[in-house]
Amino acid sequence: MEILVCVKRVPDTSENEIEVNSSGSDIERDDLVYSVNEWDNYAVEEAIQIVENAGSGSVTVVTIGDDESEEILRREMAMGANNGLLLSDDAFENSDGKGIATILKAAVDKGNYDLILTGAQAEGGAAQVGGMLAAMLDLPYASLVNKIDIGDSKLKVGREIEGGNQEMNDISMPCVLSIQTGINEPRYVGIRGIRKVASVDIPVMSASDLGIDASAVGEAGAKVKRVDYFVPDLGDGAEMLEGSTEEIIGKLIELLKANGGL
Amino acid sequence: MPQIFAYIAHKDGAAEDSALEMVAAAKKIDPDASVSAVVTGSGADLDKVCQDIAASYSEVLKVDNEVLSYPNAEIVRKALVNILPKGSIVLLPHDTFGMDLGPGLSIKNDSAFVADVVGFEGIDGNILKIVRQEYSGQVSTHVTCDISAGVVLNIRPGVFAADESKSAGGSVVDKSGDAGDLSVTRTFLEIVEAEAGDVDITKSDVLVSIGRGIEDEDNIEIAQELAEAMGADVSCSRPIVDSKWMEKSRQVGTSGQTVKPKVYLAMGISGSFQHLGGIKGSPYIIAVNKNSKAPIFQVADIGIITDILDFIPELTDAIKEL
Ligand SMILES: Cc1cc2nc3c(=O)[nH]c(=O)nc-3n(C[C@H](O)[C@H](O)[C@H](O)COP(=O)(O)OP(=O)(O)OC[C@H]3O[C@@H](n4cnc5c(N)ncnc54)[C@H](O)[C@@H]3O)c2cc1C
Ligand SMILES: Nc1ncnc2c1ncn2[C@@H]1O[C@H](COP(=O)(O)O)[C@@H](O)[C@H]1O
Repeated sequence: MEILVCVKRVPDTSENEIEVNSSGSDIERDDLVYSVNEWDNYAVEEAIQIVENAGSGSVTVVTIGDDESEEILRREMAMGANNGLLLSDDAFENSDGKGIATILKAAVDKGNYDLILTGAQAEGGAAQVGGMLAAMLDLPYASLVNKIDIGDSKLKVGREIEGGNQEMNDISMPCVLSIQTGINEPRYVGIRGIRKVASVDIPVMSASDLGIDASAVGEAGAKVKRVDYFVPDLGDGAEMLEGSTEEIIGKLIELLKANGGL
Repeated sequence: MPQIFAYIAHKDGAAEDSALEMVAAAKKIDPDASVSAVVTGSGADLDKVCQDIAASYSEVLKVDNEVLSYPNAEIVRKALVNILPKGSIVLLPHDTFGMDLGPGLSIKNDSAFVADVVGFEGIDGNILKIVRQEYSGQVSTHVTCDISAGVVLNIRPGVFAADESKSAGGSVVDKSGDAGDLSVTRTFLEIVEAEAGDVDITKSDVLVSIGRGIEDEDNIEIAQELAEAMGADVSCSRPIVDSKWMEKSRQVGTSGQTVKPKVYLAMGISGSFQHLGGIKGSPYIIAVNKNSKAPIFQVADIGIITDILDFIPELTDAIKEL
């Protein structure tokens, strides 16, 4: 089983408070801690487990990004992915979802994969790249997958739907699946593991290596463009309790009593 | 102005709430738009939904086919590609079905796609201005979208207040014959219902709910102690369940339980829309979070900016002394 997993380097929201910069052109990037998109890490773990259980095959992790994105490929290789692939070109900057899917499609076409995994969504909450990629490749697709059973030429997959219910489907291979968090327990990656893959060569492919028309991707090809970031004015919001901890707790207990909490 | 179509999600003969929210969303794009509905399914349930919806849409396109009795996104996509005119604006709910359908539909329609739309700010020629959020609602963005070749828009559930006017007086048009080839590479098998847990949090009056801010499995104990002192139950956000620290039956949100307590204490929860979507009945919400900009403070009644790991034990002690 040859598996490709699409991964993205994103600001780690559990390590950072995300704020808009002073001009509204971007978020405040100083001192941000980056990591692999949470959903993608589950996807890589799933791919590694599938190959381990099959006893044959390989896992390739691919990302579109700049030089710094290489670090997440190495991290996922330290987990057990066999190969990394960095797709990098100035022409890729400011791609919309369709642009990202177009670039990934070109990389898929260069390989021979039975299964392609993406995360269900990344930091923008779009949940779009997997479905777009599948449609471009004319392959079957299932989103929000939280269970995969491997059959001969078919998979049985569970999609997590509203209420935590699971929608079971048969899906033929090759196919594209977007992976929901909680599908497995991603293994821990230690410093030693990272060191082991520190000097592994990671190929980089540009637009021309991939045979991509630069005007179809990036800013030039984007139909959807982010104009600015802003903090919405949402009215009053919560009444904030202030003062010493003792004072806050005193007020809170009164409020809890008055509102049926105690 | 391209024609606007809304996909109507329905179950057991009743349209989902999103059906009337999308009329409202369409009017935000163009107040004068006459909006069409597309309803796919089969049999009597489908007919009932079409009749109900005709009050709110000027035209209802019905696609009746046995294979559509369960809304498999792959089949629905094929039907929509064949039925809708090129260059249409298509509205879908941004839920687990819309996420499954929307992105691929936009590719097959050769149109643009914008996910999780929370607002519209006008249209200028072919450029539609849209409001979205990123980082689980921590920041908002304006995006522009070129709709000259149409667009698929996934609309966040619950943000556009349902248009209850029901004065469209639309007619139902049977499009079943135009749906084309509906064969599949992905076959729906069955729904496996979520398992019930030891405590039914949907019945709790007071919930002490913990999120990723609890930081470590061992710290869950402090929330349990607080809940015990208050006579409350402990619930949680999704990452706590993903980490296998608590049972799925304790998860509040669109992919967990829908709770309706009197009082909800959100401890170290950022307030993503999927989490908030599981809180109904306007409870009194108290949010404790160390980030003053956490979106949860926009919906909470009471906010406290502090570290829950220090705050929870102190609150527990104070309540025990009462
Ligand atoms: C299809 C789909 C369905 C989903 N369904 C659900 C669902 O049903 N329920 C759900 O909850 N999520 C759901 N999610 C996930 C959702 O998008 C968010 O990722 C999730 O709700 C975030 O959980 P959180 O607020 O606990 O974590 P985070 O967003 O990481 O927030 C943690 C918060 O804790 C604060 N914090 C950190 N440390 C401390 C401390 N020591 N003291 C005080 N505050 C602290 C931080 O400032 C932050 O605000 C779903 C996602 C998808 C794609
Ligand atoms: N720059 C990128 N490089 C590789 N994969 C990506 C990139 N952006 C998005 N993806 C994949 O698409 C998934 C969904 O992202 P999105 O559609 O942006 O919410 C992610 O979880 C990744 O698997």
